[in-house]
Amino acid sequence: MNFLQTLLVRSIYAIILLLAVLVLNFSMMHLAPGDVADTIAQANGGADAEVLEAIRTEYGLDQPFFVQLGRYIGNVMQLNLGYSFYYREPVTELILQRLPATLLLVFSAQILALLLGVLLGVISAQKPNGMTSHFVTFIALFGYSAPVFWTGILLLIGFSLQFQWFPVAGMRDVTIEGGFFVKTWDVIVHLILPMITLASVFLALYSRLTRATMLEQLRTDYVRTAYAKGMPHRKVVYQHALKNALSPVITLAGLQFSAVISGAVLVEAVFSWPGLGTLAFTSIIARDTPTILGILFFSALVVIIGNLLTDLAQKLVDPRIGGIE
Amino acid sequence: MRHIFKDLMAATALASIVATASYADEPKKGGTLVTVLGSNVRNLNSAVQSGIVTGFPGAQLFASPLRYDENWEPQPYLAESWETSKDGLTVTLNLVKNAKFHDGTPLTSADVAFSVEVIKANHPFKSMFAPVETVETPDAHTAVLKLAKPHPALMLAMSGQLMSIIPKHIYGDGEITDVKAHPRNNENVVGSGPFKLVEFKNGEHVILERFDDFFIDGRPYLDKIVMRIITDPAARAIAYENGELHMGAFESLPRIINRLKGVDSLTVTADGYGAIGPLDWLAMNTSKGPLSNVKVRKAIAYAVDKNFISKAIMQGTASDSTTGIHPDSPFYAAQDGYDLDLKKAAELLDEAGFPVKDGTRMSLTIDFGWPGVKPQVEYVKAALKKVDINVEVRSSADFPTWAKKMGTGDFDLSWDTVFNWGDPVIGVHRTYDSSNILKGVWSNTQSYSNARVDELMAMAAVETDDAKRKALYAEFQAIIADEVPVYHTNTLPYHTVYNTEKVGNPPIGIWGTSTPIDMTYLK
Repeated sequence: MNFLQTLLVRSIYAIILLLAVLVLNFSMMHLAPGDVADTIAQANGGADAEVLEAIRTEYGLDQPFFVQLGRYIGNVMQLNLGYSFYYREPVTELILQRLPATLLLVFSAQILALLLGVLLGVISAQKPNGMTSHFVTFIALFGYSAPVFWTGILLLIGFSLQFQWFPVAGMRDVTIEGGFFVKTWDVIVHLILPMITLASVFLALYSRLTRATMLEQLRTDYVRTAYAKGMPHRKVVYQHALKNALSPVITLAGLQFSAVISGAVLVEAVFSWPGLGTLAFTSIIARDTPTILGILFFSALVVIIGNLLTDLAQKLVDPRIGGIE
Repeated sequence: MRHIFKDLMAATALASIVATASYADEPKKGGTLVTVLGSNVRNLNSAVQSGIVTGFPGAQLFASPLRYDENWEPQPYLAESWETSKDGLTVTLNLVKNAKFHDGTPLTSADVAFSVEVIKANHPFKSMFAPVETVETPDAHTAVLKLAKPHPALMLAMSGQLMSIIPKHIYGDGEITDVKAHPRNNENVVGSGPFKLVEFKNGEHVILERFDDFFIDGRPYLDKIVMRIITDPAARAIAYENGELHMGAFESLPRIINRLKGVDSLTVTADGYGAIGPLDWLAMNTSKGPLSNVKVRKAIAYAVDKNFISKAIMQGTASDSTTGIHPDSPFYAAQDGYDLDLKKAAELLDEAGFPVKDGTRMSLTIDFGWPGVKPQVEYVKAALKKVDINVEVRSSADFPTWAKKMGTGDFDLSWDTVFNWGDPVIGVHRTYDSSNILKGVWSNTQSYSNARVDELMAMAAVETDDAKRKALYAEFQAIIADEVPVYHTNTLPYHTVYNTEKVGNPPIGIWGTSTPIDMTYLK
């Protein structure tokens, strides 16, 4: 099967998958008792019965399930994700507003976790039973097992309260006046604690995997040969062994990306980071079906595109990998 | 006595527009107040959206005809004076002449008439303006509200965030009922309040700036208000403590309140929430099973120890509440509580025909709508075990799940929190009125029905004599306490937190921060 055929078949699968995601989630939202009229009443501190009814009529919540579903799918087919019941804004707009903050947090945390994880993994692989190795394992497993909201609060108490080095919440200090560099620096200062919190979870995965693959590589013949040639230790480790040890780590990092995004939901909540995670969290609580479905739609799209690219890249890199029969 | 409620309806109130209280410090002008909102804002237009989160920015952006001081006395605001006719059917508002909207357009009586129409059509509290039939505008600065029946609740409904005057020339460009979805509810918002909108980024902040043409000379004192949106209470607490936030309101977690009370730089107070009137209670479904028997309900009240809730769960942060009206309200008439008495509870249960059989008298369920009140619910289970009532705790996945159970009567017992919203007509009647049974969450979800209670509420709603009105509500509260459709335990401990060194004259009236803070200043 050639490249274009693969792409076509994959795209058709992708569309079917997206539809399934929407129908399934729509049905699940519908099964849950109560609706957005209740949460609007909650935000208002109560509402009279006729107001509740008016909200349900306005949003078509009084219509039969299949009518609601049909309308929604029809809109999505026309690339219209609809209006948020809760915020009364177009869903696409709501999501696009929040996306940059989440991408910034997720990418920086992922990069930090990768860099630090690989470094720690390499260090501990060289003396697998030394004190350093045990220490690295301890730190990594601690970060992995501690819930992120707890780690977040702990960091806040330490570095925003005891040592007042970092701000408590948000992404920027609106009272700061200054040019581009001042504002960029301000965002960086706000980013550090949430980034560390989110990275702490994934640090363990990357450092443990690097450690394991490095140990394996260090026992191979080519490493022995390199030492025999008289190559310095650093060069052997960082230039030869590490290169070969990295590829499974990068594969894992790709697989973990969706997990990082879902981890961001809690981190964003603790640090009031104005991203998609906070939006997803508040929309679920508010039963804001169009927004939740919109976020799921976007997430599914990102995952599908990611998988597609991975498949295609693999096929390009290694022709032995077959089609998708 | 702290609350002296003025003779609202018959009297003609004439007062100058000058400040309502005296201050030890001379207010300083300028500066940026950094404060906080505890959740996302749905809508900044307080004429169509209620709730404490909209209330804070809403009351800064939009002015209302009246404002209240901390003694529940109405004070002039957009209305420099007002009068109510002898029969209580006509309320005349004489507006200040120099009020302008943020876009420079003068505010007139036409805007008042328009706002009443919009609020009637869109606001979730229909009882506020239901009796208002028309608003006449004999001249640009006189608005005459014509009522179908006397409506003393109108006074409080004209203050705080409840009657925001919005500009007709901006919001009047479509159908009245469409104002709740108006694009300018969240951007380019135009009101006549002390502050105008600079920027609103949902999930991040609301930024307001001094309105230089505000109709009260020399006010507001602050140049700017930054309202940050921080939804995590623990993060807010740290931000108060390290000085990032100057002030915040509506903090309700006992653990956090007590921790902040220990911080030297902060003042933490429960004053100023009387009109918001948040009450915690144990709701009992009177329509089915053993709970339809008043003796069983009383037995439960005797078996649940308020003292324990107050000391162990609320950790001393909440005050006692014994009726459906908030203790700070002038209409509050304290009732004898049901002090812990297990023997009496057991007797009542025996009398009601529920003797102990195989170690138990009956099985009930208890619900709760948000995780914060789980300790109360678990305590009720343990307390009722002592009088041989088996209680099963039912968790709800989220608020709407619980709201659905409540709104359809699918519960026995439930923990609940309900707000008074000023006058009893607005926020109290809904819980006990037999014509409001099972009409969604926070209606009469207990299906409580008592003809005398209905009658008392109907009379109090139209009673223009203040003393008589209080007497009607006193009788009402006595009956409620005796028949316990809900067992009132405590107030929800809303607290205002502010930096003592920095914030002068924080808003501590009756409406929390749902009130203009034109008199607040930075030291």
